[in-house]
Amino acid sequence: MPTSTCPLTGPEVVESYFMEHRAKLLDIAAFLDRLDRAAPPDGRGDVRVRALRRAIPLLLDGEGDRARRILEFLSDHSTQPIPAAHTQGALGADPGADY
Amino acid sequence: MPYIDPHIHMVSRTTDDYARMAEAGCIAVTEPAFWAGFDRSSPAGFADYFRQLTETEPKRAARYGIDHYCWLCINPKEAEDPGFAREVMALIPDFLDRPNVLGIGEIGLNKNSRNELMILEEQIEIARRHDRLILVHTPHLEDKLKGTRLIMDALANAGVDPGRVLIDHVEEHTVAAVLDRGFWAGMTLYPDSKCTPQRAVDIIECFGNERIWINSAGDWGPSDPLSVPRCHAEMRRRGHAAELATKISLANPLAFLGQSPAFRPPVSPGPAVG
Repeated sequence: MPTSTCPLTGPEVVESYFMEHRAKLLDIAAFLDRLDRAAPPDGRGDVRVRALRRAIPLLLDGEGDRARRILEFLSDHSTQPIPAAHTQGALGADPGADY
Repeated sequence: MPYIDPHIHMVSRTTDDYARMAEAGCIAVTEPAFWAGFDRSSPAGFADYFRQLTETEPKRAARYGIDHYCWLCINPKEAEDPGFAREVMALIPDFLDRPNVLGIGEIGLNKNSRNELMILEEQIEIARRHDRLILVHTPHLEDKLKGTRLIMDALANAGVDPGRVLIDHVEEHTVAAVLDRGFWAGMTLYPDSKCTPQRAVDIIECFGNERIWINSAGDWGPSDPLSVPRCHAEMRRRGHAAELATKISLANPLAFLGQSPAFRPPVSPGPAVG
């Protein structure tokens, strides 16, 4: 992956995008708080929530390509077609993964 | 600036959207056949849909100065029943020579099942036999990585020229493989489940501006038919020259779509007379 391909300087990127992403961070925090407050049954063990919690540290592990690595982390890595489709929708995380 | 939205489902939009798109500079759209939000009950439903794509929508678009093209197929969500799918596929050749039909699409996979893959392969063969372009839908969310690989392998196994295939809905984890294998890559600016304008510009900055385009895939769900010009604004915000937006949203679509004899380069709005 090439570096320095964004024409904005570092300070310009921060100035342009920080507030929007501060808000997105708060949305994630509020979502997790809401889960804690939710009426039974508990949703915190849902595979999607477990995947989200495991994906967050990828933001801070010091490596680049965070968007690609998080998408790969949330993906089904099997290689063979499934025998039949019993649902039409997707979850957002691999239901067969041990997150 | 004049632009093309090469993947948008105008059957599910009102003419208010045509008006706004025209005001924003849209001069042409291409509309793949897709899932209507429910499973159609008979092949006759698809015949009516194909008539809508080839007769009604071009007239609606023309009132706003927008050229309308379409793609035909049975979509992956309705491909799990091979018998039903083959009845629909049997209708397609009768529509292929209609003036605004560019090729077969949006074919692909949804849950990556055996039947979906079999129907995908049969539709690739229809495209190959009739020498038509192909527009591909890659699966949603956790299914996209696996499905994109299966789709590219199926296309390669069929001996299709990758330069005549647009693989849509790429994201950061699929774009490299799509481009490396010689296909065209489409980034869909669709809330929550696909790219944002910001991420699309990031991908262009990292992977270049060749064989890549952006589209809104505006449909019956939460979506924005103006997401293409919004992405152009993001490019300007970062200081990219105007030529980048023109390359991504006019020159590249013209190059890919121009491979179809049905495609006539749209006339850009000229300077005001006065």
